[in-house]
Amino acid sequence: MSSIEIDRVSKRFGPVEVISELSLRIESGEFIAFLGASGCGKTTLLRMIAGLETINSGEIRIGGERVDHLPPGARGVAMVFQHYALYPHMTIYDNMAFGLRNIGAARPLIDQRVQQAAKILEIEPLLARKPGQLSGGQRQRVAIGRALVKDPKAFLFDEPLSNLDAALRVRTRVELARLHQQTRATTIFVTHDQVEAMTLAGRIVVMNNRKIEQIGTPMEIYGRPASEFVARFVGSPAMNFLPVSVAGQGGRALLALASGAQLQTNIALEDLPSGEPMRLGIRAEAIRLDSEGSLPGKVEVVERLGDRTHLHVRLADDSTLIAEDVGHSRAAPGDSVNLRIDPDQAHLFDAQGRGYRAAAEARS
Amino acid sequence: MTATAAPATVSRPARTPGAHIGPDWRNGLFIVPFLIVYLGLLIYPLFWGMWISLQQYDMFDQSAIFAGFANFKRLMGDGIFLGTVRNTFLFVLMTVPAFVIIGLALALALNREGRTGATLRAVFFGASVLSVTIVTIIWKMMYLPGIGLISRALGVVGIAPIPFLTSQNMALPAIAATTVWWIIGLPMMLFLAALQQIPGELYEAAALDSAGRWRTLWSITLPSITRTLVVVVIYEIVAQFQLFGQTLLLTQGGPNNSSRSIVLFIYETGFRDWNLGYAAAASEILFLLMAVAAMVQYIASRRREA
Repeated sequence: MSSIEIDRVSKRFGPVEVISELSLRIESGEFIAFLGASGCGKTTLLRMIAGLETINSGEIRIGGERVDHLPPGARGVAMVFQHYALYPHMTIYDNMAFGLRNIGAARPLIDQRVQQAAKILEIEPLLARKPGQLSGGQRQRVAIGRALVKDPKAFLFDEPLSNLDAALRVRTRVELARLHQQTRATTIFVTHDQVEAMTLAGRIVVMNNRKIEQIGTPMEIYGRPASEFVARFVGSPAMNFLPVSVAGQGGRALLALASGAQLQTNIALEDLPSGEPMRLGIRAEAIRLDSEGSLPGKVEVVERLGDRTHLHVRLADDSTLIAEDVGHSRAAPGDSVNLRIDPDQAHLFDAQGRGYRAAAEARS
Repeated sequence: MTATAAPATVSRPARTPGAHIGPDWRNGLFIVPFLIVYLGLLIYPLFWGMWISLQQYDMFDQSAIFAGFANFKRLMGDGIFLGTVRNTFLFVLMTVPAFVIIGLALALALNREGRTGATLRAVFFGASVLSVTIVTIIWKMMYLPGIGLISRALGVVGIAPIPFLTSQNMALPAIAATTVWWIIGLPMMLFLAALQQIPGELYEAAALDSAGRWRTLWSITLPSITRTLVVVVIYEIVAQFQLFGQTLLLTQGGPNNSSRSIVLFIYETGFRDWNLGYAAAASEILFLLMAVAAMVQYIASRRREA
């Protein structure tokens, strides 16, 4: 297994620059996810690593060796495509053996690799069939098997679960996680689904508008979003945002909400830009029902998820918040409630969308 | 859980008399117009042709005598007819592979976006819309010994003029070349349509599987267009067995019958010599040859696919 280094890589399609001066290092054995909405450049970046797109400038190195001038087959990577891209006229065995045959691998080695991969993926009974005779989930396994037999330096997955139904997607996700634990292979996983990225990846690269917004572990991305885009994109329900004015109290930011309520945070005042309009970002689980709470409102919608309940509450200034309550919440639409915001979980975002929060040691 | 349906009383709406859904002989009326055309223009002439082929049929005095298989027996001993069968087979062998190989090569070369590709596709297809008279006039001039374009081109490299259309060995290949030039556009277009159906991801997967250009053509492209390949081959076999206009206009079947085709023979026997029974018998043999050739190709391709 090998590390992958992307060094100031740029890519243009005609006059449009789709990736600009992007740098990233993926450690050997790491499972990393490229997360972003469609058109953010994540698939282009993956395809540049695979060699399916050329780069206009910069360098790509796999295992320390520069590969950006090499054809896809010579880079030692294997890719699993969104639509599987199995060869429809070949048997499953031949689909998996094709790449090894092309590099002149000995027949016993090919057979051993194919049988081994088929065993891991439990597709042994399918080897003599053709892709058209397989279900979507089975085809997905074959596509993974075809990558596995090559014993590549890195696995590249391009939205591999998006064509599966919801139940199969969850199951395949777990299998992918298990497979990575077994093989410890360097893996890049492109997805627009934050749940896939959060559950599978050791690190997530959140991309927006052809640039990297943030790189971090799933909990860093979730708990310490670097920008408003990341805060909005990751987490379900999406983070709540409220306009606030900032005042100082003992060097810490004191927030005044539009409804008149105040929130004392531990965010250092000196970190914040002065005189800019700020927005408070707060996740649903940091807003609780509390009869002593300082934020009155009216419940509009109650969403019961079983283990917890999401309450859509309209505040006095007509803005809405989503608050979290216990599974057996007694709240009903129309109820007047008081909310309490956990100040330690408050995020502030400036006009440019940059995020600020209390340093970990400053939290009470 | 079991659900029991309560017995419901359904009041049937009053039925329009005569209107109901289900098998009824009157449904068959819908295909009658087609059936009339099909029987009248295809099946009836087919069997009538077979019937004529069993007669001594003279168009001059409109007399017909049943002759059994006499026409067929005579054909089997007719050197000129057997020569036309040989010529037609040779012509099919010369043109059909050319249509497949050149048509596919052009399609592969022109399967690209952009103005150059579109222009060249239009140019190659353009010749197909010309009539056979125009095409043969163009090529008669091309083949003229001494002053034709080909002769002059050969003269530049010091090769003596070749009398293409008046040489026994060259006449048929010359007609074949003209035919390929004329209608290469159709197989090219069929192959292009098939190539554009192949998902780009397959080629990307093949590139990641270290497949080179030839390997990709052999293992990805060709298997993906097998059906079109079969269609082109069968269509061209049927079409080229019916060689007629080019040979009539370029060589009149000569020299010394070396480019006479079966259809030309049928035409001359039926409409010049007025021997309709004999011409009909030759037609039946042509029909049989085409059916067998197309069938063999179809079965062979099916076996390969399985």
